[in-house]
This record gives sequence, structure tokens and C-alpha cells, in this order.
Amino acid sequence: MKEELIISGRNLPHIDPHLSLWHWPISLYLFLGGLAAGILFFAALVTLFRKEEKYLGAVKYATIIPPIALSVGLLALLYDLTHLWYAWRLYMVIRIESPMSWGAWTLLLVTPISFLWMISYFKEYFPNWKWQQGVWNYASIAIDFINKYKRVMAWILVPSTIILGIYTGILLSAFNARPLWNNSILGPLFLTSGLSTGAAAIIVLSKSHDERRMFSMIDLVLIGIELFLITHMLMGMLAGSQVQLEASELLLGGEFTVAFWVFVIILGLAFPAVLEIFELIGYKVPAVIPALLVLLGGMIFRFIMVDAGQITRYLY
Amino acid sequence: MRTNRRQFIKISALGAGGVAAVSSTSFGGSFLSIFDSSEDIRDIDFKRVPTYCEVCFWKCAGWTNVDKKGNVVKIIGNEDDPHCNGRLCPRGTGGVGMYTDTDRLKTPLIRVKGANGEEDTFREATWDEALDLIATKMKGVKEKYGPESFALLKHGSSGAHFEHLFKAYGSDTIGEPAYAQCRGPREQGFGATFGSWVGSPEPTDIRDTKCLVLIGSHIGENMHNSQVQELADAIDKKATIITVDPRLSTVAGKSQYWLPIKPATDIALLLSWMHVLIYENLVDEKYIEKYTYGFNELKEHVKNYTPEWAYGITTIEPSVIRKTAREMADAAPSVIVHPGRHVTWYGDDTQRSRAIAILNGLLGSWGKRGGFYLKEKLAIPKYPQPPYPHPEWGWEQIGEKYPLAQMGVTNEIIRCSIPEEDTEYKVKAWFVSGTNLPKSIPDKDQLGKALDSIEFLAVCDTMPMDITGYADVILPEATYLERYDGLRSATNREPSVALRAPAVEPKYNSKPSWWMAKQIGERLGLGAYFNYKDYADVLDWQLKKIGSSLEEMKRIGVKKFDRKSGPLYIGDGEDYEFATNTGKIELYSTELANMGHDPMPKYTAHDEPDQGYYRLIYGRAPMHTFSRTSNNPNLHDLMSENKVWVNPRVAKIWNLRNNQEVYLQNQDGVVSSFPVKVRVTERIRWDSVYMVHGFGNTDKHLTRAYGKGASDTELITKVSIDPLMGGTGMRGNFVTFITDKNLVES
Amino acid sequence: MRYAMAIDTLKCVGCSDCVVACQTENNVPIGYCRDWITETVDGTYPQLEIELRSERCNHCETAPCVRCCPTGASQIVDGGIVIVEHDECIGCGACIESCPYEARYTHPEGYVDKCTFCLHRVKEGLQPACVAACPTKCMYFGDIDDPNSEISHMLKTRKQKTLAPEAGTNPHIFYLI
Repeated sequence: MKEELIISGRNLPHIDPHLSLWHWPISLYLFLGGLAAGILFFAALVTLFRKEEKYLGAVKYATIIPPIALSVGLLALLYDLTHLWYAWRLYMVIRIESPMSWGAWTLLLVTPISFLWMISYFKEYFPNWKWQQGVWNYASIAIDFINKYKRVMAWILVPSTIILGIYTGILLSAFNARPLWNNSILGPLFLTSGLSTGAAAIIVLSKSHDERRMFSMIDLVLIGIELFLITHMLMGMLAGSQVQLEASELLLGGEFTVAFWVFVIILGLAFPAVLEIFELIGYKVPAVIPALLVLLGGMIFRFIMVDAGQITRYLY
Repeated sequence: MRTNRRQFIKISALGAGGVAAVSSTSFGGSFLSIFDSSEDIRDIDFKRVPTYCEVCFWKCAGWTNVDKKGNVVKIIGNEDDPHCNGRLCPRGTGGVGMYTDTDRLKTPLIRVKGANGEEDTFREATWDEALDLIATKMKGVKEKYGPESFALLKHGSSGAHFEHLFKAYGSDTIGEPAYAQCRGPREQGFGATFGSWVGSPEPTDIRDTKCLVLIGSHIGENMHNSQVQELADAIDKKATIITVDPRLSTVAGKSQYWLPIKPATDIALLLSWMHVLIYENLVDEKYIEKYTYGFNELKEHVKNYTPEWAYGITTIEPSVIRKTAREMADAAPSVIVHPGRHVTWYGDDTQRSRAIAILNGLLGSWGKRGGFYLKEKLAIPKYPQPPYPHPEWGWEQIGEKYPLAQMGVTNEIIRCSIPEEDTEYKVKAWFVSGTNLPKSIPDKDQLGKALDSIEFLAVCDTMPMDITGYADVILPEATYLERYDGLRSATNREPSVALRAPAVEPKYNSKPSWWMAKQIGERLGLGAYFNYKDYADVLDWQLKKIGSSLEEMKRIGVKKFDRKSGPLYIGDGEDYEFATNTGKIELYSTELANMGHDPMPKYTAHDEPDQGYYRLIYGRAPMHTFSRTSNNPNLHDLMSENKVWVNPRVAKIWNLRNNQEVYLQNQDGVVSSFPVKVRVTERIRWDSVYMVHGFGNTDKHLTRAYGKGASDTELITKVSIDPLMGGTGMRGNFVTFITDKNLVES
Repeated sequence: MRYAMAIDTLKCVGCSDCVVACQTENNVPIGYCRDWITETVDGTYPQLEIELRSERCNHCETAPCVRCCPTGASQIVDGGIVIVEHDECIGCGACIESCPYEARYTHPEGYVDKCTFCLHRVKEGLQPACVAACPTKCMYFGDIDDPNSEISHMLKTRKQKTLAPEAGTNPHIFYLI
């Protein structure tokens, strides 16, 4: 029998008996960040291809979400900081090797643009507002001004949303102390998941059948990539060292197995994929259902990864 | 962008020799700012006040560090102190917690009888009320029964002040658990052999030993500071360590030979070791001839105690017994068969200690480098006072049926407190100072009866403990950091004295015990025995007599003196007279023979557990001193509860998991007051369980320690009394597990 | 100049004095600790091996906590000592997540705290509090770049290991075995 124990009564809050420092605020933020990145990426892409009219859901309706999502995500992040009044320190340095640092800077770039993007549609959201009267006139001028730079914003958004989306994964994967997170698949995986949830959100808010169909196809491809990446990640772990084997155990026969397979793989990916295929080949399926499932699955995925990852550790 | 690396001062010469020289001449600007901005780093410029530690009985001298706001910041060891060499143990370092503990006794308390069957309560009282009450009771007992009927049960430095009070009052009915519940048997066993007690600190020359043999002694878990330090030195010097223990103790894990003995069979092993030493001619014949008495009797006595014989009893392989005996002989005389400290195990403990002493005698280790050095201490002159009155009876008479008892036998004093008991020495009231009897005295029925019977109980302590709950008056004592006490003068390689001076004012409404003793004494008309205003006067007077002063000692804390008794070791072939009847090391004890007891130790089989029961073995954890530290915030932080160690095989039978809570029930049906968590570990034999002593506190005022873990003492209801000195053998108790909580509560 | 610590597991009795000494020296709040003792037991009774280790921040050469810190509060000062500058710490917890030794914790005041090798004492030419207090003298602290230091000597002459070297951190607490 092998025993390992700490005998001097270590009982650090949120660290012993196992790490559980990061909770729902981080998971929620990772989900919302990915979602916002996904939506803005598609909105920007559609804009760059000058297909705004065709894909109004992507550029106009779904883009209401990112500023809200990013704000809520940021609030969650701030809520999680234990030394909040020093948060300004984040913006005193750029630390390339720290994903959290460049994530913070990326957010600083993307969040205002997401607001500008939303504002650029205010006149369309509220066409009957008295845009010509008094101060509203200035607002109207400002909105027109923003609209002039829509393509510039789109150019900025395409790379920056990819960075934002991938960062939500790399933030975790950069921790080599946490074997479940510490694999290079996690960045692309979270990016794909973010894009997939973005596409799903567009499907939910889109008013055009064609657009829904288009994004269903995109989502289907993304789900395929995501399943491939998850398989790839687990294969990598199973071929890895003891710590990674133990990490994979959590998802393949441990504490998080049921949640992971039922809510993420089946309900969050496989089942919506089947529904979307059915829809594409002509069966009447309300497109909203698979999209909502994808969104829910994406969120649960973040919660599982954050919680499970903290349990995994190095043995010595 | 900023860089990760900053300028840092250069420090040279850190390392070899341990003393670091500073060459901190230049600081990088940014470096300095780190320190300036960090509030948690305290300045190093503290006021240092000398003390010696009261968290255990080792009494290491140290410095209490007090910051400018008057907070006790830390306690560090005194470099000149032979008890600690500048390094305190965790309890000494954590002694701060004794002072800061907010659960401390804060003000005198007096018991108020509950009206119409309601529970008694305590009310806060003034010092005058409390002291008047005690003085009145002491007067009352004196008039009604004689002062002898008022007993003092004590421990530690504060006990000494009350001892003075009681002797002045006319009572010598004094005892401390440190004797009959702890080290009494070894003092008598070694006394009968070498004519000298072992004493404390033990005069074991561990730092220079070539072979250290430990019989159930778990140095390292018992944090007897300088001894642990010397153990580390011995490890550095590659000494052979042989540990006999049914449990893989910490030191067993560091031993070349761990003999996982079947419990209660140690004497068989010791006899077979003697057999090997004698019959393999491994002893120094000249030495034996010159210094020992009764070798031939011993040789005849151990003739049949072969390793093969012992194997059947101890389960230790004969080859291992032979090999370890040869290791000892190879190292002799630089070998220590350690006397142990807590040795009240099976009732034949003085005889077992005799066996250990005889082994040392055969190996010639007494008075030899690497064996036992010849200890010496400085006599502290007694402050002028009238002579003590002569009581008609006292601890000696109470313990008279135990021929070797040389200190008060606590359990006999307790027995004499029960009116129904057959004794002419009737004890009617107790004063308890610094010892938590329910956690130190076994046989809780007897203790309970005594507590019910006595007419008055005063308790002086710093903390609410199990015993304070029984008190009629509670006196809140200032901690050792807040008071003066007597000078520490203990036996050592070279004599030294250490001063304890108050570093801070007593917290709350607590008072030092010298003050309480003086106040009670004056109320009893014994002012002549307390002819000083402040205890500092006594200390200064004493220190001046020995060539120092209070002022000097406040500066240095510890002062060493030259030896006067001669060299540390006995020279080869040098004439030396031992203080025994024969003047020699008595392998055959004439003293015991004269009393009609076995002159040489015999092995007797002890009870074994029934099926489903496991022998209860208890011991120490390095971060606690029994129950007295269990609520100390710093030390509780290190270890908040004890666990019951269970071998995996036993765990499998009982289906026990790690950290599962179980109740323990002993052979007499006594169930632990609280559940205790299981530790499944290979470190304990399958026929035994192990617990650290001192947990399972029942006083709710201990907000941290209350109800944490279980008390081994309350499960020790079967006591084997040592017929030679009255010690309470406590290792013959067996426990089983109750896994279903409902069975306990119903 | 590279500070490191070598801890002799053969001498350590796991008394935890290092833990209390650190607590009182560095004003570590009750309930928290910058160092701690680990015990490992291997084998079957009575063929057993036990190891006791005093553990703390490993002051890694390639410290993941320093790498992932978004503000630079976690930093390596000269001598290789990893510290957290409290006024720069935002309490994001990234460094705690990144440490394979779980040697950091969130101080009740919000910032992240850890072993500093008692930098304030080292500055004064003193040994870290844990080293100075250890009754078994099982800890050696000093400059491993100095071939004449006691620690260099111990590392040259004794068998040793580090914890989780596979985590790629290049730890600088050495365990003499």
C-alpha cells in the first residue's frame, strides 16, 4: 500500500484537499467569451464578403449578444478577482508569455468594437425613433460615422476574435501543472466550440430560412471538427504520461464522465448534429432546438473542463 | 515591458558553519521598493526578552520577540542553551499561540450550585474572592482533617510555586503524573542498577553514539529537543539505529534495524539480547569484573533465553536478534540502549527498565562517550525562609506499599481521595496546577469517584481543560510569556541556568502563579515564606548568589557554569563507585532481592486482545504536548485531531476507509466520547491500533479543540500497577470499532 | 548567485517546526501556510519505507507562475527567488493554477502569497526562518553558484531528487535521499 499525506495540517482554502479555485465565473466567462468571439467572427466575415443583406441574422441581430456577453463575462472575471482594486495593473504591462495578459488586452480591443458594432445598427433597431431631433441628431451622425468604418472594424475583428476564441482555451492549456488542460488541442477546441456556439446563436436569432440553413451547415462542420478535436485530445492523453492518463480518466470513467458524455458529447454535439442533418435533408426540425442544445452543451463543456482540470495534478 | 529579474544584493558566506556574513552594500533601487511596499514583512528590530519554554517539560531557553506595538511576534531559541542550541521545536515556536489563544481562562471563576437540580454554573469572581475562598478552604481542611488531607497535583514551573505553598502550609501530599503515569519506572529501574536516576534531560550522549537502541521510544515524534537534534547528528555520523516498535515510528523509518515486535514482549527480546552478549562472549570481561555485580547470576539467569526462545514470543527472527546484539557489542561502549521516557506500559515496567539498564551495564555504556555522560546541574540556593513544618503523613506514606516509589504516586493519592477505599490517609481536597488529570490519569471510574468525593477542588491553569470543569474555583494563570518563574537548572553536560522573564503584561485578568501562591500564603498567615514583593527579588537574590544577576540574565537569558563534579566520562579502568548497595552496577539487584522481589527481570506473558479487538497503543505527535496544546491556534493549525491508525488488513476486515469516523470501544465496554477518523496505514501492526495522545477534549470552551479526535486515556480503564513503584501500566487495553453511529447514541 | 535549498529527508522528522516558524516570521494567518510537511509510505508491513519532506515553493528556474502572471506581480528577483509583489497582484489565481506544487495561496487580504525564502532575512544575511528553526538541521540554504557553500557541498556529495521535475519547472528545492 502506498500512502501520501500532508501531515502538517495544510488546509488552504480552495486549494486543499484539491484545487477548486476557479468556479462558475471563469467557466461562464470562457463560454461567453467564446460565444461573443464566434458571433463577431461571423459578422465580420459576412461584412468582408459584403453579404450583409443576405445574412442579417449574423451582422445585425446576433451582434446584440457580444457586447452583453462580454460585459457579463468581464463582470464575472472581475467578481473572481480577489485583489480587485489592483485590477488596473492588468493594463500597465503586456506580458506576451501570459495568456491572461494578452487575453485582457484582446478584450480591451474587442469589447469596444462589439459595442460600436451594435450601436451601428441602432437606427435600424429603432427606425421610428426621433433621430433628427436635438441631441439625437448628433447620435445619428455618430452612428453614420461608425458605419463608415464597418469594414475596418471587420478587418480588426477577424484576427482579434480568433485570438479571443483561441485564448479561452490557451488560458487553460498554458498551465502545465494541470494535465487535463495542458494539451495544445484545447485552444483550437475552444475556438471551434466558440464558433459553433456563435453559429448556433445566429441560427436562433436569424429570421431567414436560407441563413439558418447556411449556419446549420457551418455548425455541422464545426461540430464535426469539434468531435474530431475532442477525440484527438483524449487520444493524446491516453498515449501520454501517467498524469495525463489520470486526467483522461476523469472524462473516461471518473467523476465527470456522465456529465461529459451525456451533456457535452451526446446532447451538446451528436444529437444536434443529427437534427441538423435531418433538417438539411428536408425533414422539418425547428432549427432553434439543435442550436439551443449546442449553446447549452458548449457552456457545460466549459464548466466541466474548468472543474475537472483543477483536480488533475502532478504526482510526486 | 518590465524585466523579471531585478537587482538583488549579494550575500556571501551563507552556508558552511551556518553563520552568514552580510555584505549587503548596494541595493538596486527597484529591489528596495519591494520591501518598502510590503506591509506583511515585519521589521527585525524587536525587543527580545529571555524565557524558557513551558509548552513541554524540556524547558528550552529562548527569546520572546515583541514588536513596537507590544505584540508577541515570535519566539526563537537561545543559541547558548544546551536544551535547544538556538532551535526550538514546533511547540516552542508555536508557544505564541498559548499567549494569543482567545479561549484562555480570563478571570477567576467560582462554582455556583444550581438551584433545584439545575446544573452548576461558574460565575466570574474577583481575585480577592477566589483567593479568600481557597484560603478559607485550606484553613478549614487543616482544622478538620489536618493539612495533609489537602493534596497538590501539579506539573511544570507553576506547580513549583504551589509546592512551596503546600509545604509551608504543612502538606506533603504532592504528586505529579510525570512520575507514576510516565517515567517513574525507568528512574527506579536505572536507580536499582546504576544508583542514579536517568533524569531530564536524559544524559544520553546521542550525538557521539555509534549505536542507538530505542525500545518503543519514538524520538522525533516526542520532540525532546536536544535529543532530537542529537539524533540528527547521529544520523549524520552514520550511527547504527535499532528501533523496537510494533509501529513504524518516524525514527523506525530512519533505522537500519526496525524490529516490528509483537507488543508486550519487550522483556523477552531484552533477555535474549543479554543471552547473545553473554554467551557469544561479546562483553568486556575486565569491565564486567571491575564495575558490575552479579554477572554470574545473570549468566545463569539468561541461559535459556535464547533468540530462538524469544522468536516464539516476540516474532523477531533469531538471526535479527543476534545481528543486532552484535551491532551493539561492536559499538560498545559507545552504545545507548535508551531508557525511554513514557514507560508505564504493562505493570512490570520497572523490571523492563532494569533489563534495559542491565543491557547498558553489560555493554559498559554508563559514563562513556557515546553512551551515557555523567550529568551535572547547578544547585540554586534557596531564598531565605523559615523551615517547612513536618507533616504527619504525605506522599511517602501514601505510596508506602510500593517499595521503590520515590515521588508521589498520583493514582494512590487519587485512591486515597475516595472515602470507601481502605486507607488511613484520607485526602479531602485537591489543588490542581498545570495538569489536565482526565487526560493524564487512566481508570476514569476511579478518578470520577475521587472527583465526586473531594470536598474542594481548586484548579490553576491557562486554559479551560477537562479538569477545570470539575473545579470549585478556577484561577486563570498568566502564560509563561507573561510571568517570572523559578530559574531553570537542569542536569546536562555542563551546568547552566536559564531565566524566564515576562515579555508582556498578563492578558485579561490572569496572574502569575508565584503571585497566587504568595497571596494564598499571606491569607494563611504564612507571609514569612513569601518574604518578597516581586518574584524578581527572589531571582535577583539567587542569581547574585551564583555569580550573576537579574540584569545580566535579562541580557543573556542563559548562563553556563563550569563542571565541578569531574569529567564528563569515566576513564578506562578508572575507579568509580556507583551509588548502589554494592557500589557497582548491579546486574543482580541486591536492593530488589532484599525486598523480596525478582533481583533480575523475568519475562511474563501479558494479556492479548480477544478476536476483533486490537491493542491500544498511544504516543506523541511532534507538534503537540498532550492535551495542553490542542487548542493552541498555531499548533491546532498543524494538527487539529488525532486519527486511529489501522493496518490495511484490519481495515479490510472491518471495511474501514481512510477518514471514516468510528467510535472506539474498549474491553470494558467504554466507548470514546467522540468519533475518531481512521487512518489506514501499513505503519501499524495488525494486532494493534495507534493514536496520538491528548485529543478528544470535552470542554466546549476550547472552541478549536472541542470534540476533535478521541481520547486514548478514557479508553484505558484496565490498569496494571507496577508493584515496585506504583506506576500505571496502560498498554493492556484493547479496542474494537463501532462503525454505526446509531449504536453509540442509543 | 542562485539561491536554493537542500533538505535532508534522512534527518527530517516531520515535526513541522518549519511551518510554525514561517508562520510567525512572515505573519502568515492562522489557517494558511507557506510550507508544509508531506509523508509518503510505501511497502507492506514490515517491509516499509517512509519519507518525510518539508515542502514549499520550489523557486523554479522556469517558473510557470511567473510565466502566466498577467501583471508581472510574480517575478524572479536576483538570486533566483520567486516572489509576488502584493501591490501588483490582482488576485486572478492564474499562478495558483499554474503551480505543480500548489505552493501558493490567496491571502485573506486578496493577494497571492507564498514562500519568499525569507528574502527580508536573507537580505540581512540571515537564514530563512524555517532553516534557522529546524531542530534537526536538515535544511541547507545557500548559493549553489558558489562551489564552496555548504549547500553546494551537500549537493555534490549526496544523492538527491527534486519534485515533479517532469513538470519542466527546474525546481530549486533539492531533497537529499
